[in-house]
This record gives sequence, C-alpha cells and structure tokens, in this order.
Amino acid sequence: MADKKDPIQTPLTDEQRRKVLMGMAAMPAMMMPGMALAQAAQFPTAKVNTTKLAVTDTEVVVGQLHSATGTMAISETGSIQAEQLAIDQINAMGGVLGRKIRVIKEDGASDWPTFAEKSKKLLVQDKVACVFGCWTSASRKAVLPIFEKENGMLYYPTFYEGLEQSKNVIYTGQEATQQILYGLDWAAKEKKAKTFFLVGSDYIWPRTSMKIARKHIESVAKLGKVAGEEYYPLGHTNFNSLINKIKLAKPDCIFAAVVGGSNVAFYKQLKAAGITADKQFLLTISVTEDEVLGIGGENIAGFYSSMKYFQSLDNANNKAFVEAFKKAYGPKSVIGDVTQAGYLGPWIWKATVEKAGSFDVDKIAAASGGIELKTAPEGYVKVHENHHLWSKARIGQAQLDGQFKVVAESPELIEPNPFPKGYQ
Amino acid sequence: MDSIKSWLARSGMGSVLILALIIVVVFPLTMDLFRLNLVGKYLTYAFVAVGLVMLWGYGGVLSLGQGVFFGLGGYMMAMFMKLEASDPETTKIQSTPGIPDFMDWNQITELPLWWEPFRHLPLALLAVLLIPTLLAFIISFAMFRRRVGGVYFAIITQAVCLILTVLIVGQQGYTGGVNGITDLKTILGWDTRTDEAKYILYFLNAGLLIAAILLCRWIQLSKLGTLLLAMRDKEDRVRFSGYDVSMFKVFAFCLAAMLSAIGGAMFVLQVGFMSPSLVGIVPSIEMVIFAAVGGRMSLVGAVYGALLVNFGKTYFSESFPDLWLFLMAALFIGVVLAFPNGLAGLYESHVKPRLGKRKDKPAAGTDSTPSSDVPPATPLHSGAPHGGKPLARTALPDGVQGTSA
Repeated sequence: MADKKDPIQTPLTDEQRRKVLMGMAAMPAMMMPGMALAQAAQFPTAKVNTTKLAVTDTEVVVGQLHSATGTMAISETGSIQAEQLAIDQINAMGGVLGRKIRVIKEDGASDWPTFAEKSKKLLVQDKVACVFGCWTSASRKAVLPIFEKENGMLYYPTFYEGLEQSKNVIYTGQEATQQILYGLDWAAKEKKAKTFFLVGSDYIWPRTSMKIARKHIESVAKLGKVAGEEYYPLGHTNFNSLINKIKLAKPDCIFAAVVGGSNVAFYKQLKAAGITADKQFLLTISVTEDEVLGIGGENIAGFYSSMKYFQSLDNANNKAFVEAFKKAYGPKSVIGDVTQAGYLGPWIWKATVEKAGSFDVDKIAAASGGIELKTAPEGYVKVHENHHLWSKARIGQAQLDGQFKVVAESPELIEPNPFPKGYQ
Repeated sequence: MDSIKSWLARSGMGSVLILALIIVVVFPLTMDLFRLNLVGKYLTYAFVAVGLVMLWGYGGVLSLGQGVFFGLGGYMMAMFMKLEASDPETTKIQSTPGIPDFMDWNQITELPLWWEPFRHLPLALLAVLLIPTLLAFIISFAMFRRRVGGVYFAIITQAVCLILTVLIVGQQGYTGGVNGITDLKTILGWDTRTDEAKYILYFLNAGLLIAAILLCRWIQLSKLGTLLLAMRDKEDRVRFSGYDVSMFKVFAFCLAAMLSAIGGAMFVLQVGFMSPSLVGIVPSIEMVIFAAVGGRMSLVGAVYGALLVNFGKTYFSESFPDLWLFLMAALFIGVVLAFPNGLAGLYESHVKPRLGKRKDKPAAGTDSTPSSDVPPATPLHSGAPHGGKPLARTALPDGVQGTSA
C-alpha cells in the first residue's frame, strides 16, 4: 500500500502525490485550484450539508472500512488501494463541490462485530459523508442495520448474491444474475454445454448463485440439466471426492464458485487429476486476477471466468486506470473485478453529490438512480433506481501469465435485478 | 463505623463498590452514547471473564472454550429477536413470508420445529440460562467423572468450540451460517436501537454484572469457595477428605457457562446481531486473556481486564490501523511478563501495601506463606494464606475469606 507510513489516511506525501499525478496524465482536464475555491463559494456549506455531516468549506470527510488485517486482508487490499487512488485523483481535480476529500480509514479486521463497531464509529462519531467498504456478505450484513439506522451511505464493491436492496447502499459490483445468466447462455451456445456440474464453497453467495444457475439451466432457459451440485466448507482443501464425482458425471461444464484459500487446492488438484482445460470446460464466477496470483497461472490456464471487468480490457479508460494503478502500487500489482468496482465508488459518489448539489445522504440516495459514469474502466456504467449498476458481462480465458483474454462480452448493459422473478 | 470498615476489608466489598461507581456513575456521565454503548459491549465480555475467575482462578480448571457458552446464550437471544423481526408483513418479499430471511435464502419453506419455542420471550430467556448450562454440565460431568483435567480438558473445550462453529457455519439454513443472525430490531415491540433503549440496556447490563460479581463473591466467601481453592491446590487431599471433587468442578464450570451465556444474551441486545465469529477458538482465548490481564483471582480485576483490553483494541485500531495488532500483542506480552498476576496482582503488590501501612494491620495468618505447589499466579498478598490450611474443618481461617474480590 502506498500509504503504509501514514496510518490514518490523510493526504499523501509529496512524492506519492507526484506519482499519482503522473499516473493521471490521461485523465480529463484538471481543474485549477482557483476554480475549486470558486466552486466551494458557489455551494455554501450551510446549503450542501444540512444534516451535520463532517463537511466544511474546504473539506469533506469520508470513511473507508475494509479488512486491512486478518484472513480477508489479501482480498480487500485491492479495494482499499483502488478507492484511495480514485479519491487522490478526485482531490487532484479539485475535490467534490470544491472540497478536498479526507479519508478516515478503519480496519474491520476480518471480524464482523468489528465491522459493526467501526461503521458505527464512522457514522456517529466522525459523521462521515459516506463510507467505501465491506467485502464479504457477512460484513455487509453486519453493518447494514447500522447504516439504515444512522442513515449513512455505503459504497459496496463486491459481486454478491443479491436478495438485498437498501436506500443506504450503492452496490458497485454485480448482483448474482448479472454474473451468472450471460455466462451460462454463452457456455450453452459457444461451448455446446448440456450438462452442468455446480460446485461452490458453503455459504450464502455460492448457495444463492447455484440456486439461480440451476433454475436458469433447468427451467428458465432450459439449457440442459444439472449433473451434480456440491458444497464444501470455507477453507476446505481436499477435493479428491469431488474430482471422483466429476469424473463419474462427465459434465460438459464445471460451474464453480469456490472462494478464498480453497481455490488454490481446487485448481491444483484438478490439474493433478488430469482435468485440464484441453479436456474439460470449466466456467467460474469466483476467480479474478487477484485469485490467479495465489492459484498460479499454470494451474488454471485455459479455464474461463465470468466477470464484468478484466485487467486486459482494451479501452482508453481502462488503459489510463491500469497505468495509474501500477504507478501508485508497483508494476507487479494486478487488478481484479472487485478492485475496479471499488474504484468506481468514489467517482459515482462524486457524480451523485454534484448532481444533487448536496452531501446529504437522503438527497444522494434519491439522486443516485440514473447517475452515469463514462470514464469507468469497465466502460460506460449507469446506476439503476434499485442502487445497483447496469453493467456488461464478460467471459475471460485464463492465461499462463495470470491475465485473462476476453473472449465474449454481452452486447448491451445488463439490468441489475436483485430479486429475480422465476429464480427464487 | 469500624465494623463496617472491617467488613468491607474482609469481604472485599470496597473494590466492588468502587467498580460499581465507575461503571454506573462515572462512565455514563463522562461518555457520549456511542462510547457508552461500546463499554456496554465490553462489559458483556466481562461476564465471561468473571466466570473464568471462578473456574480458572478458584477452581483451577482452565477452559479455552467459553465462547461456546457466550455464543449459545447470544444465539438463543438472537433467535427470539429474529423471529420477532420476521413477521409476515416485513418479509412479504420472500418466497415464504414469516420465516427468517436466511432460511428463505436457503430454500427452507417452514420454520423448523426447534425454532418454535423461541417465539416466546420467557421460553427464550429460560433457554439462554439453561441450555448452555446443561451443555456445560454434560461436558464437564463426562470429563471430570473420568478425572480428565488440566491441559486435556482445555483441549477438549477447544474442540467443542470448533465443533459448534462448524455446526453453525454448516447448517446455514437453520443458523444463518457465516453471516450469523443479523438485523435484530425489537423485543416485544420495544425498539432496542433507540438512544433511550441503549441507556436502559447499558444499566441493565451493568446491574446484572454487579449482581454476578456479588454472587461469585458470596460463593467465594462460603465454604464452597474455600473448597474450590483447596481443590485447586491439593486435589487429592480434598478427595481423601471425603469430598466429591468432580462435582465441585462441574459446579464451577456450569456457573462460568451460565454467566457467559448471560453475557452473550446482553451482547446481542446491545450490538444487534450474533455471528459464529464470536463462538470460535480465537474469541474464546481472547476471553481468557481478559481474565489474565485483570488478574485471574480477582472478580473486579477481570472486569477491568476486559475493559482495558477492549479499550486498547478500539483505541489502537482507530489510531494506528496498520499497526494495531502488534500493539495489542505487545500489551499482552508486556502484561504477562511484567505482572503475571494481572492488574489485580499489581494492585496487591504495589498499591495496597502502601495504603495498608496506615490503615489496617495485616489480618491473621501472616505467618504462613503459600506452599510450593500454589500456582505462581496466586496473589501473594499478606491477607490470603490459603496454601497450607484450606482444609481446616474447624473455623475457617480469616485469611481465606480475605482473598480480595
């Protein structure tokens, strides 16, 4: 992390700021400091902040709540970095309504009660204008009642199971149908898959995802049949019995949502058992560039992943983003789907504040629907009235170097539908 | 006056009074509601620590699985509140309205039978108290009857922790899985999330905690307390004297379990959710650390320990988000190295002698020093010479009763 030295993320040191600025060469025209002042005068604090948030004439305070320690730190670091990068870039452009963003960073420590405590601290004590944070469903579930009670605003970056919609949350990742349906249709059409073997870690996200997948395969799109459905505890590392079942079932497609440390064992053991990409088609919804770092490109090369973003996306927005990210966090850093979704959070918030002309949470919540972001690395995105994002689905094929080659892309933005009819 | 003074000194009620004053008067006056709510959460852990003083400090039985009972108590409470929060009106978006949301997500279409009792508050409260205690009885009866003790018992408590965590995570349709039971709102229609409710719950929690300390103190001062101490220091001598040692241990374990369960239920009331991360091995060991930091022989010390460690955790993690784990580790190592008897030991060895010089003469029994097999963590203050003569069938030595609260 670029800000290791500075525990509470106040502005970067000069050297770090220069790095970030250099990375922004491709960003649209920067605002002059004078313009920022003029803009701040145009939006007097008394007017843009009627609910006693931590907003002054020159500064707006936001919170960042991820696990910097504990088992989830490895996953959440990317989001922490991307959110910080976006905030630094926004500050360099003059901030939001002429006010610089100051971040108060809290550590959820991979522990859900801690997430609850810290979110309350950010909202009640620090009176932050919004919070960028959470990663796992469990942490989101722990903080959601607090955000609703204290009327805070959370920008949540992870693709998740859906079945949730809150005035106080903007979901910048995909809900389950956005990630799953296109992938399954593509598998049936392009890969002629008729039988599917569903396998996942045993918690709410894979369970819900597989429920949707099964309905889609069997009754909605009638793609074929489900040859097996298996779940393993989080952290499970012995997949021999699963591999035997797969060998017996001989499915056209393994559809996988195995997460965390289990991923490494899962792909290594598949390879050891001879189930490799040249013989077996596998589509996963849980492996991004971040996970491939742990799995190793050689263990997963040739398999497919269904995401909305891959680091290799070929467009001008993404090239500028990747360059800025690598300048800030080193040339070896990789960017996964969730990291990109984390990067969207501050930008969407900025656009919403400017549209609403206010930092008040109620006004932001009301103004969020219809917010557009043309500069998103994944391409154009739009916020739906239900606080999820319209976004495209893409299929990437894992390469030896740990990157993905994009082989398919949904022609249109897919509408978010957290409560899909016919899939319950 | 003098008789009151000497009673205070003998029973250790002075320190309990001071503690009560601090948590009931000083904290509410000096803290805003957010911080007070945090203290309320810390004080729910103090129930576990107080139970550990009785079990570990007095009974000599180390349990590394108190999270099981804290968690069970919490889950029982959470189940009641979840059912109340899941009325058909608010859950009409689900495929099966009227059941908890996580059941609906897991394709369960009707409420499992064993959830039914938790529709009723009296039954739920009874379950909070009795089910963890019953489980504690079964575990400890099976173990102590076979004279399994010491390290082996500690390992078994860890295993129970692990089993319960795996069970809760695995049976997510019935328990909420990794997410736990969240979004708890009301109890018999009374909103627990309002400012007023938070004050009431804080004082209820503080009152229960003080009552728990008084109960434990009463047990310590009774013959039972003396026997527990005796058993810890010379188990065989107590057994040969005709006492059923195992049942005393079972009692101490059940007592600690019930206190932990009350703490768990209060946790849910104040924090608003329950999750398996409070059941596992790590929180269980953390709770032992609270007792160790406070001083494992001291009931009020345990409360201070729980407060200090949690204040430290909150403060360090807010001020140094990248470094806080190291600072916490330094705190633990520092306390154990510098003050093996915890805060209470520090008080006994440094503060009390200075106060005592002026005030009271040492109680009877300064002549005896603790025998060699007293664990090093026993406070070595002048008032508690329980080492040599815990078994006295005649009048109990004053010194035993003088063990501080």
